[in-house]
Amino acid sequence: MFGEYSLGDLGAIFAMQGFAGLILFSVYVLMALGLAIIFGQMGVINMAHGEFMILGAYMTYLCSGFFQAHLPALFPAYFFVAMVLAFLAAGALGMLVEWGLIRHLYKRPLDTLLATWGLSLILQQAYRSIFGAREVGVELPSWMMGSVQATDAIEIPINGLFVMAITVLITLAVAGLLFASRYGKQVRAVMQNRVMAGAVGIDTDRVDRLTFGLGCGIAGVAGSAFTMIGSTGPTSGQLYIVDTFLIVVFGGAASLLGTIASAFSISQTQSTLEFFLSGSTAKVITLLAVVAILMLRPQGLFTLKVRR
Amino acid sequence: MKLPTVNDNPFMKPMEWAALALLCALIFGLLPLALDGFRLNLVGKYLTYAFVALGLVICWGMCGILSLGQGVFFGLGGYCMAMYLKLEASSVENTKIQSTPGIPDFMDWNQITALPWFWKPFHSLPLTLIAVVLVPTSFAFVIGAAMFKRRVGGTYFAIITQAIAAILTILIVGQQGYTGGINGITDLRTLHGWDIRTDAAKTVLYFVNGGLLVTCVLIAQHVKRSKLGRILVAMRDKEDRVRFSGYSVASFKIFAFCLAAAFAAIGGAMFTLQVGFMSPSFVGIVPSIEMVIYAAVGGRLSLFGAIYGTLLVNWAKTTFSESFPELWLFGLGALFIAVVLAFPNGLAGIWRQHVEPRLARRPKPVAPLPQGAPAE
Repeated sequence: MFGEYSLGDLGAIFAMQGFAGLILFSVYVLMALGLAIIFGQMGVINMAHGEFMILGAYMTYLCSGFFQAHLPALFPAYFFVAMVLAFLAAGALGMLVEWGLIRHLYKRPLDTLLATWGLSLILQQAYRSIFGAREVGVELPSWMMGSVQATDAIEIPINGLFVMAITVLITLAVAGLLFASRYGKQVRAVMQNRVMAGAVGIDTDRVDRLTFGLGCGIAGVAGSAFTMIGSTGPTSGQLYIVDTFLIVVFGGAASLLGTIASAFSISQTQSTLEFFLSGSTAKVITLLAVVAILMLRPQGLFTLKVRR
Repeated sequence: MKLPTVNDNPFMKPMEWAALALLCALIFGLLPLALDGFRLNLVGKYLTYAFVALGLVICWGMCGILSLGQGVFFGLGGYCMAMYLKLEASSVENTKIQSTPGIPDFMDWNQITALPWFWKPFHSLPLTLIAVVLVPTSFAFVIGAAMFKRRVGGTYFAIITQAIAAILTILIVGQQGYTGGINGITDLRTLHGWDIRTDAAKTVLYFVNGGLLVTCVLIAQHVKRSKLGRILVAMRDKEDRVRFSGYSVASFKIFAFCLAAAFAAIGGAMFTLQVGFMSPSFVGIVPSIEMVIYAAVGGRLSLFGAIYGTLLVNWAKTTFSESFPELWLFGLGALFIAVVLAFPNGLAGIWRQHVEPRLARRPKPVAPLPQGAPAE
């Protein structure tokens, strides 16, 4: 497949697809971060993760409509408000779900899968009833349109750069929260040994609820960021869920660094293959490679050494 | 007091004989008498899903490995059957308006002029019947061997099988020229010269389907009652102890997974025959998870429960989605949550805990059923 290209061409192709892959990478990291917390740290299989993202996307859609109608002067900045709102809405719903559903199922991880699948069906139908079955898009403020010409072959859209920046910020914030704060220590203690953590005085119920809420909130922000690059419909969440789970599992469920590394390798592989093959074949080959590697190395790329 | 041993364990308890008799009466007597041709064909379609649910009882309920990829095996079985029927429907006379007669119409539309190699064996009916079971089962064997030998289980297995379902769907949709793409393989007419589209043929197929299902129930019952079944359950509850006792845990798991795949494949082939087409929409993630819920609603530990669960959920789906399309998804979602939270052993669990003790003369305390399958 490389035959008809010269070396110089190939370099340009790889660079170009590499940048396209970086945007895909940001999207994947945003999707997978919340799941890495919920699935990787808590061990809960949240099949409704996609629907929490969609909630964030719909919040952004509502927000953009509101700013256009009532506060046109502030429209260029609506996105930041929308992101905060998306985080709060998805996080609040996440905490509610944890209280009503998940906390009864910590000892039965496979059953969380069924219950959250049911939840995802309910949420999908709710979105369909509230927002209609058609996909909705948001209007971008003018400063986000256009692109930066890096070299004569490479052009980077500004909204893509913005998504990348948000990804970096959120990743740093999550890493800081989990690894440098008192709360993060409590989270990791509870996830490694719930009984022991409770015995030394950590309120495990509260930590569980906040952690689940945090994961869902990040999903909401991811959904909000998605509105910049695509439109959203009631069932869009289902499209992402398999990719997201594979990324988290591939990276090694309990490792944040692994999640980022696996998102990077998967997005770059897919983006590069897409140039040479059709989109669906590239996706099949990428997913097959991931599954094959997982069969050889079931713990994923990065594992936490824990004695069980 | 005499301790129970394996030999004291009859093939079926009286209650299970009664359940089997009831099931046979329902499938072969009541439903054909009560329903018109269209509805009976619909029930036949539901019963093909019951094969999958039956397999899930073995591999998920008894063995504790949840597969979210049963649609893959259902689909592979169905596609094998559909490829044979499609080749028969695309004889040279039937396809003489095409630029290359004698190949399926969708290949012609996609500028493929020769029959691909993997279609060729499906000219023969015996080879097809072997392939219907063998292709999905060997696929399951490869997956199972790769995963269970490396002790991948629980949630990881579920996610990887789900990914495989996604991969297969993308592959089928993407390779339109070889698979018929998103439309699937349609316009199937005859099975070895016998028109499967007539009402009489559909009734015959319904009874064949019912007979195969009862056979599969008996096979599953045999597995459940034998020493093998006891090892499967022991493995689900304390895998390490079984391993330390010298059993090859991986081999038993591979067997359970392959058996479930074979059941699903038979269901898929019968589905193609009764419905008249096969498409990727029965292969992917959503149908695979729905199949899991059939087994969960009926009771993941009960063979008969799984069949009733399948019939009930599908019947409810058809009835409700006809009259209240909006409410149906809410109802289905609520059903998932209710099954998991309130009655994790499904309808069969309710029966065993509440009805059976009352039916027995001397009420005996019933040991609580295990709360779901342990993760690892």
